[in-house]
Amino acid sequence: MSSSPVAKIVSAVRTENVTRYYPMGDSVIRAVDGVSLSIEPGEFVALLGQSGSGKSTLLNLLAGLDRPSSGSVLVHGRDLAKMSSEELARYRRNDVGMVFQAFHLISSMTITENVELPMRFAEVDRAERAQRSREALERVGLGNRLEHRPSQLSGGEQQRVSLARALANKPSLLLADEPTGNLDSRTGEDILDLIRDISLSLGTTVVMVTHERALAERFAQRLIFLADGRLVSEEVRA
Amino acid sequence: MTGYDLLELAVRNLRQSKLRNGLTTIGISVGVASLVAMLSLGVGLQQMATRRLAGSGLFDTVFVTSRQDFRGFDREDDAKAPHPEQAPILDEPAREKITKLPNVTEVEPEIRVMGEVISGGETHFGFVTGLPMSARVNEAFDNLKGKFFSSNNADEAILLTDFAKELDPKNPSALIGQDITLRYGERQALPQESSDRPQLAGAENEANSGDDYGFSVVRKLQKLRVVGLIDSEPYGGMRTVSRGRIFLPVGTTERLNMAQFTDMRSSLRGASGKSYVTLTVRVKDPGKVAAVQDAISQMGFRTFSVLDATKSLRRFFTVLDLFLGIFGSLALAVATLAIINTLVMAVLERRREIGVMKAIGASDQDVRRLFFTEAGAMGFLGGVLGILLGLAIGKGINFGTAIYLTRRQLPAEAVWSMPLWLVGAAIVFSIVVSLLAGLYPASRAARLDPVQTLKYE
Repeated sequence: MSSSPVAKIVSAVRTENVTRYYPMGDSVIRAVDGVSLSIEPGEFVALLGQSGSGKSTLLNLLAGLDRPSSGSVLVHGRDLAKMSSEELARYRRNDVGMVFQAFHLISSMTITENVELPMRFAEVDRAERAQRSREALERVGLGNRLEHRPSQLSGGEQQRVSLARALANKPSLLLADEPTGNLDSRTGEDILDLIRDISLSLGTTVVMVTHERALAERFAQRLIFLADGRLVSEEVRA
Repeated sequence: MTGYDLLELAVRNLRQSKLRNGLTTIGISVGVASLVAMLSLGVGLQQMATRRLAGSGLFDTVFVTSRQDFRGFDREDDAKAPHPEQAPILDEPAREKITKLPNVTEVEPEIRVMGEVISGGETHFGFVTGLPMSARVNEAFDNLKGKFFSSNNADEAILLTDFAKELDPKNPSALIGQDITLRYGERQALPQESSDRPQLAGAENEANSGDDYGFSVVRKLQKLRVVGLIDSEPYGGMRTVSRGRIFLPVGTTERLNMAQFTDMRSSLRGASGKSYVTLTVRVKDPGKVAAVQDAISQMGFRTFSVLDATKSLRRFFTVLDLFLGIFGSLALAVATLAIINTLVMAVLERRREIGVMKAIGASDQDVRRLFFTEAGAMGFLGGVLGILLGLAIGKGINFGTAIYLTRRQLPAEAVWSMPLWLVGAAIVFSIVVSLLAGLYPASRAARLDPVQTLKYE
């Protein structure tokens, strides 16, 4: 594992006994039940587990899309649990990039406009927006499809657009929720190759949720296994 | 998000569901159009009424009556001190006093008597009224055939064309320059030593001479030169003096001492000298009417001017506008529901999109503002379209009324008028109403939980 002494002082991501409970009728669903973990800057981590193990809920907590029931989620030393909804929006806008299994592109917009959308929220000026979206799309190999709409692209290409969008505001943390779930294995590998390259070249911390152990073993530096909302084991890869 | 980006996204979203948003916008425009059409009708009718009053030349006139007369018509006035019975009489000294008031240009009595014109061996009945020299500027004399009176004392007459046709059906214009004979009743003082003058107990203090005590009416003939013909009654028929068929200079009618109906009333008062039922006071300009009216009221007389009439007219139009506005707003209220419906539908349809936007950095505020902007854009567009539609409806109303009036040989008149303030107000109102309608859908969109909306479907 390549963790520098400096990075050990402030982790990129650290959760302390974090929980997320949902009331369901009279009972309570413990989606995340006291997870403590630490992820170093630039690390590529895979969260593994069966469906219902709480891995996506944990990812949403890291993304600031959801709030923990207790415990804390510290990203670069800042506790997400204590942020206002406005501060959380700013955090998602500037510090996090997200990639989803279903791509979640906006079908009425061209891929350039899709990539520009997070920059609109960040109030990046027009000229810079255009330049950065072009660069991001070129990086994922779609430099010649700028004016296409998502429906004109294959699944793998759509996931690349989604990745370009996630990187638009130069986040330090990239969160991917089953990014290969909708893709064939070959295309899935291409996407993960791309994510690893980006992580290495930009120093972006990557947390990926997946249930495909083989892929995780191939690309991630560390595998974290969850079951019933709890962290059950960890495995560090070379 | 910057305002420009917000607007661009909003317009883009509206264009996504062209049919639905288009129909909603048309709904708003129909609402705005009905509101604008109704209010413009109110404004137009008010302008028409004001125009007619202004053209009548009544705006610079104050009518003065004694508070002793017409008692019981105005309780408020009757209640004022002094009691009407003690109020001063409108007599010669009062007339002189009023004449000397600043800004008063003319004080004339209203004289209107019955008379008969003898022409070609036949007699023709008509009301004879006295006109002051200032009546020359009245719009009724715009189409005067012949001349106006040469002086306030001339033995001249102007006839209403309809009356002239009675005298000479073939060529009424030939009457100009001709003499006619007028038969009228002259008011004469009773002889000083009349035997039938009773001495009543308690009447010692009553003025006991001549005209004061009573009068006789004696039939008289007077030759008059017809100098002109007019088609319509002066002052739009709004003053008693104008409702005649034979017009004489008011000075001449006074000199001839023509007996009026109202002389009966005067004789009961027991005043000294001649008294008037109504004096018409002409003021230098309409702006001074209120001041002159005040001064005369101070003297203890009852006054009336068109200013008073327009006051109640304005009150009437305020109420009319209110009702027209309420009816007009009904359509807009329906349109408001359409906006709410459209936007709630849009929120439901775009749940996933809203979730994505939040996931990639949109704040609740951004989402709320986006839906607000969409509502406002529909409101603005609907407002502009509504104004155009309202304008078309108004043109239609004016065109229709013009045809209707012309068919009835009446001059065409605009009953519908859309002032610029109404255009601005309607658009602003439309936007505000749309924003209010967007309040609920926008907050609903802002409250959407991104985790729920992004669950893999």
